[in-house]
Amino acid sequence: MRNSYDVAVVGGGLLGSAIAWGLGRVGQRVCVLDEGDIAKRASRANFALVWVQSKGLGMPAYTSWTMQASDTWPKLAAELLEQTGLDVCFQRNGGFHLALGEEELEQRSLLLKRLHNQPGAVDYKMEILGREQVARMLPHIGPEVSGGSFCPYDGHVNSLRTFRALHTGLAKFGVDYRPEHPVSDIKHVQGEFRLISPKGEIRAGKIVLAAGNANQTLAPMVGLKAPMGPTRGQIVVTERTMPFLPHPLTTVRQTDEGTVMIGDSKEDMLDDTVLNLPISSVMADRAQRMFPMLGRLNVVRSWSGIRVMPKDGFPIYDQSESCPGAFVTCCHSGVTLASNHAFEIAPMVAAGALDKNKLGAFSATRFEKSEVRTSGYY
Amino acid sequence: MTSNRPMRDEYDVAVIGAGPAGLAAASLSAQSGLSTLLLDENQGPGGQVWRAVTSTPLKQTRLLGDDYWAGSKLVEEVRASGAEILQGATVWSLDPHLELGISVGGGSQFIRARRVILATGALERPFPIPGWTLPGVMTAGAAQTVLKSSGLVPSGKTVVAGQGPLFWLLTAQILRMGGQIDLILDTTQRLNYLRALPHAAAFLRSPYLLKGLAMMREVRSKVRVVSGVTKIAASGDGRLERVTYEVRGRSATAPADLLLLHQGVVPNVNLAMSAGVKHQWDEIQLCWVPVLDSNCGTSVDGIAIAGDGAGIAGVLAAVARGRIAARAAVEALKPEAGAKAPSMDTLRAALAKVERGRRFLDVLFQPPKQFRIPEGDTVVCRCEEVTAQDILDSVAIGATGPNQLKAYRRTGMGPCQGRLCGLTVTELMADARGKTPEEIGYYRLRAPVKPITLSELASLPKDESATKAVVRG
Amino acid sequence: MFKRFDGDARQPVEIFVDGRPVMAREGDTVSAALLASGLDVRRQTAVSGAPRLPYCMMGVCFDCLVTIDGMGNRQGCLVPVRPGMQVEIQKGKREIGR
Repeated sequence: MRNSYDVAVVGGGLLGSAIAWGLGRVGQRVCVLDEGDIAKRASRANFALVWVQSKGLGMPAYTSWTMQASDTWPKLAAELLEQTGLDVCFQRNGGFHLALGEEELEQRSLLLKRLHNQPGAVDYKMEILGREQVARMLPHIGPEVSGGSFCPYDGHVNSLRTFRALHTGLAKFGVDYRPEHPVSDIKHVQGEFRLISPKGEIRAGKIVLAAGNANQTLAPMVGLKAPMGPTRGQIVVTERTMPFLPHPLTTVRQTDEGTVMIGDSKEDMLDDTVLNLPISSVMADRAQRMFPMLGRLNVVRSWSGIRVMPKDGFPIYDQSESCPGAFVTCCHSGVTLASNHAFEIAPMVAAGALDKNKLGAFSATRFEKSEVRTSGYY
Repeated sequence: MTSNRPMRDEYDVAVIGAGPAGLAAASLSAQSGLSTLLLDENQGPGGQVWRAVTSTPLKQTRLLGDDYWAGSKLVEEVRASGAEILQGATVWSLDPHLELGISVGGGSQFIRARRVILATGALERPFPIPGWTLPGVMTAGAAQTVLKSSGLVPSGKTVVAGQGPLFWLLTAQILRMGGQIDLILDTTQRLNYLRALPHAAAFLRSPYLLKGLAMMREVRSKVRVVSGVTKIAASGDGRLERVTYEVRGRSATAPADLLLLHQGVVPNVNLAMSAGVKHQWDEIQLCWVPVLDSNCGTSVDGIAIAGDGAGIAGVLAAVARGRIAARAAVEALKPEAGAKAPSMDTLRAALAKVERGRRFLDVLFQPPKQFRIPEGDTVVCRCEEVTAQDILDSVAIGATGPNQLKAYRRTGMGPCQGRLCGLTVTELMADARGKTPEEIGYYRLRAPVKPITLSELASLPKDESATKAVVRG
Repeated sequence: MFKRFDGDARQPVEIFVDGRPVMAREGDTVSAALLASGLDVRRQTAVSGAPRLPYCMMGVCFDCLVTIDGMGNRQGCLVPVRPGMQVEIQKGKREIGR
């Protein structure tokens, strides 16, 4: 393998892979530097929603960015299928957030209203549906379900297969994927970046930091900022069952393989090697109240993972003033935004500059202003 | 006493697994006055070696041998010891704070213990040959299980393939019971006889030597044994029809309705690893073994491992280790009761005696590489139906270890949770990447280590902070 | 594949396999009873539909999965037979609510 590239992407998760794939697609010479088998990897712990509803409260620009990603996901899925033969099973079949009891439904309606009233936000066509309407679309709901919010643009995908398809595609584009290359230092010398890892030094004209929460440490090395506020989430997954759930929910979805994934929790503790079983129990209980038939299914696995989460919940896309050619990218929604990362961010990186009109709102300079509000992320 | 659900929330000692190690540990612990809970997944005590020892239809001692019936003495001992015995209980969670999640009769609950002794034993090493997922291909241990618990013996055309001490025991038992075996394919590597030679002196004093030789003679006198087998494949349309094998480069085929495979046993690591117990790769036994101190204590304070889960050493060593682990618990929790039990020195001497000659067996019966590291479209992960080539393809695009491989291929993500593919995956990736198994590592395991229903999980105690972490408005 | 040992003196227990009566013995696990029944009791996997029979008989491999009394994906090798038990051979994925 060579050791000098047009672009070095730091981080081989869904975000880094999508950008690297997009760069390879436009003919750049790229390498991806990644950690090894044990690492905090949101790309193998996520819930695999391609999600629109309720994103962007507090940042209207995020609504159009999300909508664009949802609109271009079919193109990403089609290109990956053509290139790799892998069907990532993208479905944009509309998604729900279900409420148990009237109070939860009321809270959801309020959230929807606030989103709707936000100037400059895209119309998600999100609506609150009563119990009867929900039951027509989700026939197996339990008696406690009071209703829910529905958005026709929501969907889901097989995120592990997406990960595999992107990595398969990287190889086909001639991108060098280098696992077990954790980057410990980055130097900017005479217009060139030098990335130091225990396996040696890699040189590149440009770099993209896509190392998740670790961007917080890497970004300052090249004159950038990435203030992060990671949280821990847990997921429970059942054995495979015949298809029964025609739409994904924020907290329950049936995968194309037939398993049922149940999320989602949020904690401040950041050890992803242990589980909080009372939390798993609450998630299981709520899922079972939404769909009582789930109760008989066997839980085959559960895990916890660390969310990549910028401090205010919105993505950070930025470029360095002091080290031209250095970019930082962090976001929670690496699955939803994968199409944007491949088709929008990658070409901008290749061209050497982010489009301020499109991405200005996502600059980390926003953290220098007043205290920012935290967003809900679904 | 035998109960239907745990009688209390907290015990001095919880012992998991009622095989030789667990029975011995629970017995000594309860005899010393410690409140002791013995949990076991099966319907009756005995583990695998002494399976169905209290209920087997094969009451004639001769058929299963004296070593089998030794188990009933230990069962009587534990039943008289005051230990609470819970059969049909699946321990699906164990955390570093010694809280156990237990499923009994479709309901789950947590209990706590001040000391946990894991005696979850061993399982048969994966034997991934072409066609090993076909109906009619089973482990030899499976045949032994139905033999002991239900008196079932092979009746169609039967081939037994593999190696190891248990291999010969099983074939002898099947034959004594009137079962059919048409052909034995011995996969012991000829070179291993030389490699094992330096350890032979110790084995000459092993209690297993004479029994082993007698059994091999018994079997060879009744069945055709083909030695030096270097390749085996099962094939058939929707079920096993024939076994193809190779000796000295020459191929032969035998018709078969049943193929029994066995190439040794390996520690059952799932529960221990999920609790965070540190394991390391054993270069001789070619499997993960826990890192233990001389009291069978693990890297997690309060958790000990006894029996074959601590590294394969056989039934007598399992009993000895069970007693050592229990004795250590007594010394820690109720030192004054220790006077009645045998001293630690006595117990360790007993262990040393029965471990004698183990290295000889380990080296002699180290399974050949081609039966551990399959090729091409041989299935590695039976649950998710992933082949050796699939795994190599993933390595080629960047999978570095078992956990990244899960993301690429779902290996180990099915209900068996890696028990039937984990070792193969580690060794296959190590081989493909030119690394050691220790460098490659193993699946990260988490509760539930055995499936429980969603409603069981939902019924567990919740607290306010847990609810807040999920219901966030 | 398997036959019962002649000297087995245990009580017979009648179970039903896909509606057909099968004589098991007291103390049999469901999987042992199925293997001794002589019936075609191959299940089909949830992944590819490939045919399988029990492999390990000790609770490890999950190739013995069956529907028992209307409950899908039970490990047949760990469940003892009971008189009147209804056993169904699973073809593919388990159905929700079963």
